[in-house]
Amino acid sequence: MSNLVSIDDISREEILDLIERARYFEEHPNHKVLDGKVVATLFFEPSTRTRLSFETAVNRLGGRVIGFSDAGTTSTSKGETLKDTIKMVSNYVDLIIMRHYLEGAARYATEVTDTPIINAGDGANQHPSQTMLDLYSISKTQGKLNDLTITMVGDLKYGRTVHSLLMAMRYFNPTFNFVACDELRMPKEYKDFCDANGIKYTEHTEFSEEVINQTDILYMTRVQRERFTDIMEYEKVKNLYTLHNDMLANSKPNLRVLHPLPRVNEIDRDVDDNPKAYYFDQARNGLFARQAIICKALGIDIYKENN
Amino acid sequence: MTDKPKKELAVAALASGTVIDHIPSSQLFKCAKILGIESLDTHVTIGNNLDSHRLGKKGIIKVADVFFPEETLNRIALIAPSANINIIKDYVVTEKHQVELPDNIVGIVRCGNPKCITNNEPMKTRFEVVDRNDVTIKCHYCGQVVKSGDALID
Ligand SMILES: [Zn+2]
Repeated sequence: MSNLVSIDDISREEILDLIERARYFEEHPNHKVLDGKVVATLFFEPSTRTRLSFETAVNRLGGRVIGFSDAGTTSTSKGETLKDTIKMVSNYVDLIIMRHYLEGAARYATEVTDTPIINAGDGANQHPSQTMLDLYSISKTQGKLNDLTITMVGDLKYGRTVHSLLMAMRYFNPTFNFVACDELRMPKEYKDFCDANGIKYTEHTEFSEEVINQTDILYMTRVQRERFTDIMEYEKVKNLYTLHNDMLANSKPNLRVLHPLPRVNEIDRDVDDNPKAYYFDQARNGLFARQAIICKALGIDIYKENN
Repeated sequence: MTDKPKKELAVAALASGTVIDHIPSSQLFKCAKILGIESLDTHVTIGNNLDSHRLGKKGIIKVADVFFPEETLNRIALIAPSANINIIKDYVVTEKHQVELPDNIVGIVRCGNPKCITNNEPMKTRFEVVDRNDVTIKCHYCGQVVKSGDALID
């Protein structure tokens, strides 16, 4: 049994293994390997999208779910410590999937219980199942993870999904293009990380077709008003990082557009019908990636159990 | 004998105990805190802003009859990597060595991130050393990085 707290904790081999398992679940979505198992989904911070995805994964695997979707309804609101909540729930379940508004909460939970923990997001820190579904989507659409050009657009400063994806890709010789306004540029620590790992990257403030046309994966993110100290600056840049369908006219045939969703206006609706738009399928891949993560955390040999 | 008095004479000589020397003046009171000097009931002498060739101004702490665990002394390396430890028995220095930064620092340092679990749950903090040269440490829980000279000491 093992935990999944941070994408940094997993090796190249484990990433590839999880992708293989996700592929397997895409072919066998109702493979009932969790018969008799109970899984807790503890959402100290609400996130309907992530919770539904995890709970669907457990249900399709034939397991049962208990839990809560909002800390306001739990004993946490009566002042119970995280440690006590985790210890109590550990008595009942085989696996805990938790989301928390505090950073480091999932890491700490692994230290107070032997029940495996899956981190479904801890504040601005980590969200490894999102990264796994991104990696699965990339692998599935490109037929490989190695030697790809990935262009990240929008909020590269606060976007935790782009940071985690960047770090996970270190095993696969990527080339990155970072496209953002000055205020939301990729932080220095991640560029240092690229340098330390021999990862090639370029930075652009202009979202140009020249950059798009070299790209295999176009990873779009939300540019949110509240990230700006200067609201005038937001008004100035908010439409500069929007993808329109005509911008894809001369892009590579294998290019796919990804977005962690929900989107606001950074992808124009006219892109939705382009076969290169992949963001809705990407969300669906989240189900298979999470099925894979759950089985790995529980140490279930999915291939064997199928015989 | 030289006509210049030895610097050690600036504070009282010690029959038995521990001397922590070569502490940067700005870090002296943080060191005293790490050692828990406040709760000791043996003789303690603290000197600060003494002249030092290496540091310009230095601080020194002399504690009678107390021999700190190595683990405690090494925590000083966090904020005063230049500090020297002298163990004294019968007026003789029996042991002299520099503090050594441990790989992990448990307790002592408070995380600067208000949204870190360690600031919201009754628990010990834990930091990992990520760069020994400029003594940079990283919160084991939230990942926040801080130069240890700027670290908040509990
Ligand atoms: Zn922290």
